[in-house]
Amino acid sequence: MSAAIPKEALSQEEKERAYAQIANVVKQYKHKKDSLVQILHLAQEIYGHLPLELQQFIAKEMNIPLSQVSGVVSFYSFFSTVPRGRHTIRVCLGTACYVRGGKKIVEHLQNKLQVELGGTTEDGNFTFEVARCIGACGLAPALMIDDTVYKQVNVNKLDKILEQY
Amino acid sequence: MVTLTINNQKITAEDGMTIMEAARQNNIYIPNLCYLPDVHQIGACRICVVEVEGAKNLQASCITQVAEGMVVHTNTDRVRKVRKILYELMLSDHSQDCLTCTRNLSCEFQALGKLLGVEDSRFEGERSPFQVDASVAITRDMTKCILCRRCVTVCNEVQGVGAISPQNRGFKTEIGPAMNLPLGKVNCAMCGQCTVVCPVGALKETNSVGDVWEALHDPKKFTVVQVAPAVRVALGEEFGLPAGSRITGKMVAALRRLGFDRVFDTNFAADLTIMEEGTEFLNRVKNALTGKSAVLPMITSCSPGWIKYIEHNYYNLLDHLSTCKSPHCMLGALIKSFYAESINVQPQDMYTVSVMPCTAKKFEIQREEMKNGGYKNVDAVITTRELAQMIKSAGIDFQELPDEEFDNPLGLSTGAADIFGLTGGVMEAALRTVYELVTGRELPFEGLHVTPIVGLEQIKTATIKFTDVLPEYSFLEGVEVKVAVTSGLAGAKILLDQLAEGESPYHFIEVMGCPSGCIMGGGQPRSSDPDVRRKRMAGLYTEDESKVYRKSHENPYIISLYENYLGEPNSHKAHELLHTHYVPRGKFNELTDEDFVVELDEFTKRRIARTTRQEAKIPPVPVKTEQESVSARILELEAENKKLKSELQDTQETVEIMKLVLSKYTKQS
Ligand code: SF4
Ligand code: SF4
Ligand code: SF4
Ligand code: FES
Ligand code: FES
Repeated sequence: MSAAIPKEALSQEEKERAYAQIANVVKQYKHKKDSLVQILHLAQEIYGHLPLELQQFIAKEMNIPLSQVSGVVSFYSFFSTVPRGRHTIRVCLGTACYVRGGKKIVEHLQNKLQVELGGTTEDGNFTFEVARCIGACGLAPALMIDDTVYKQVNVNKLDKILEQY
Repeated sequence: MVTLTINNQKITAEDGMTIMEAARQNNIYIPNLCYLPDVHQIGACRICVVEVEGAKNLQASCITQVAEGMVVHTNTDRVRKVRKILYELMLSDHSQDCLTCTRNLSCEFQALGKLLGVEDSRFEGERSPFQVDASVAITRDMTKCILCRRCVTVCNEVQGVGAISPQNRGFKTEIGPAMNLPLGKVNCAMCGQCTVVCPVGALKETNSVGDVWEALHDPKKFTVVQVAPAVRVALGEEFGLPAGSRITGKMVAALRRLGFDRVFDTNFAADLTIMEEGTEFLNRVKNALTGKSAVLPMITSCSPGWIKYIEHNYYNLLDHLSTCKSPHCMLGALIKSFYAESINVQPQDMYTVSVMPCTAKKFEIQREEMKNGGYKNVDAVITTRELAQMIKSAGIDFQELPDEEFDNPLGLSTGAADIFGLTGGVMEAALRTVYELVTGRELPFEGLHVTPIVGLEQIKTATIKFTDVLPEYSFLEGVEVKVAVTSGLAGAKILLDQLAEGESPYHFIEVMGCPSGCIMGGGQPRSSDPDVRRKRMAGLYTEDESKVYRKSHENPYIISLYENYLGEPNSHKAHELLHTHYVPRGKFNELTDEDFVVELDEFTKRRIARTTRQEAKIPPVPVKTEQESVSARILELEAENKKLKSELQDTQETVEIMKLVLSKYTKQS
């Protein structure tokens, strides 16, 4: 899957192309039952995130109320209404990681990347989130960047890891 | 037919009935909360659970159908405990300030707590982040929402608007517009249907009572009130009378005792509307039949919720709307011009109030178009419910009031005006006058009621043929006029889609925004009488039939108003005062800068501040005995279990959907 590109990175032309592509997706899926989630998912793949304007476009194309579209977008955590970074960092704050310094990792990242929880760095490189247990409790504290899990992370190790992205 | 046992009592019930309905029929009441007969049965709250022998889990009786041989218990220890837990859980996330809540003593949640005998809330926890916002017509206070979702069903399915839906999930679930937008900024029609079904104080009309009291107490203001037709067959319900009771005379007396200087009747302006709208219609038909351009069908414009709906959703069809203002705005314009001149009062010293069955009229009076000479046609709109509240708080014993008459000249009306308050009424009133103007004969229907468009169905149609017409209407000889009538915005959508496709066979369409018309308006008393629609309808027809004059053009004060002031229908002066134009707003309100958000009133702001402060202070409830502490712990665990289960279900669902999406996606690329 291609990494999502933040909206700001799209030129007017690219934006128009994305909208045309999304209109196409809607046309294909519209008449299938319960297709809204699929359409939104593909739209997020194409556009990167699902801002209000795009939700309105989809509501109009599907001829359903905007409040229903936004209801679905806000229901599933994998939808985002703000631009996402090229990479997603998820620091585990499950019980094991929490007691073994997960909190410190979070603080360190906040300072280093200058980003709030749930936010995206200014250069659009990282979106920063926390997770509950990611199944690496034995080697806590752990974190994930995109699909890769990093175990027994400490502050020094962390800086090296980030350099790879 | 099936036979089953409820609480050891053998009963029979029709196939397909729910346990709740079958029980009710046999005089067994099962506590419930989200259930709204025929409209909303989704099993959201689970308060109605019962034990069904053989089933492992308790069943929600409002959605579980009866079956042959079923054995049901509605009042076991287990059932009673679970109901209480569910209630207490809801309570733990509720603002709980009944004493200062508009629904105090008329709240279904409060009544349920009493019914279940809940005396304490064992759960004190985090409160969900809440939103409170107000538009000119509707106030949303989500600190009081119990997530029954009745409003969602009504807004999305009954009205077909979809301004509000559940947002977020789990603990953060909140009913509202997309992306936390305030109601005043989105496509809400302000119909208020959601405020009628909301069981608690979460959705309600934006209060105007304070402003009206202030004007009444201001010695410099000349206060004039008018009352819509549908109010007079519903107001009595607030004082314990049955639905449809006609209390017009007492209502007038009450308004005088509240201190209004004049009490006029919106009905007068309904008669006037018929003159203006009937003339407009005949002109459009004439143009169409004589080869000039004319937009047909013409659609009625007296329902401001309907107007806002079409301005959002079909804004390229606005030319089909009659240019007539709604009756109360017409009357407001006349009160501040014609009447002000006749009694020598300056319009700026006048304060005009409309008592309406409607919340959308609170929005309508804020429109720029509803002003003449810089003055608002109507200064304040209060709903039927708000008027009842004022009468009660003024200490007026409503039932003991004498019958009094409206003031003249703007208080006299014909029977045609009374039926403006129900679906089909405007059309019937128009036909009574148009037919007689064109043919010189009375409308050929028994009792002047156009039977095909009488009744509460969603869409009704009729065809009226004009024969032996008077010479000046020769263009109508032999013409069949096709009319359609609908109420509720979902019905309007059907007729408008047809029109947009170029397939509308009609010449004249009546639309009322609320299902059944104003008698069931968003500002009317909340009723638990299943027959309330029919009773209110019957009340209005009786009111009509009891009038000396039954046709708008016979109203002597209307005749003299034209002679002495307006000239003739659709004259220049009439246009200036009584007609309007419309604003294309766009599906998401994107075509206009206008929004209808208002600041929260002082009371609400203070209350929110207070609740937030309180929350911080509340220490966890101390648990006394060991036994109590154990049972509280069990309850907590049960609640936690329930929450986790639902989260698990959510997650499984998410995984399923992800799988689906991925498989489709990989196939595609
Ligand atoms: S909505 Fe809540 S605060 Fe208002 S009366 Fe009902 S229970 Fe009390
Ligand atoms: S007022 Fe009418 S349109 Fe607006 S939210 Fe309520 S039901 Fe929906
Ligand atoms: S706002 Fe009222 S009707 Fe809507 S879900 Fe909440 S409590 Fe129910
Ligand atoms: S708690 Fe962090 S991986 Fe399990
Ligand atoms: S009343 Fe049956 S689930 Fe709410």
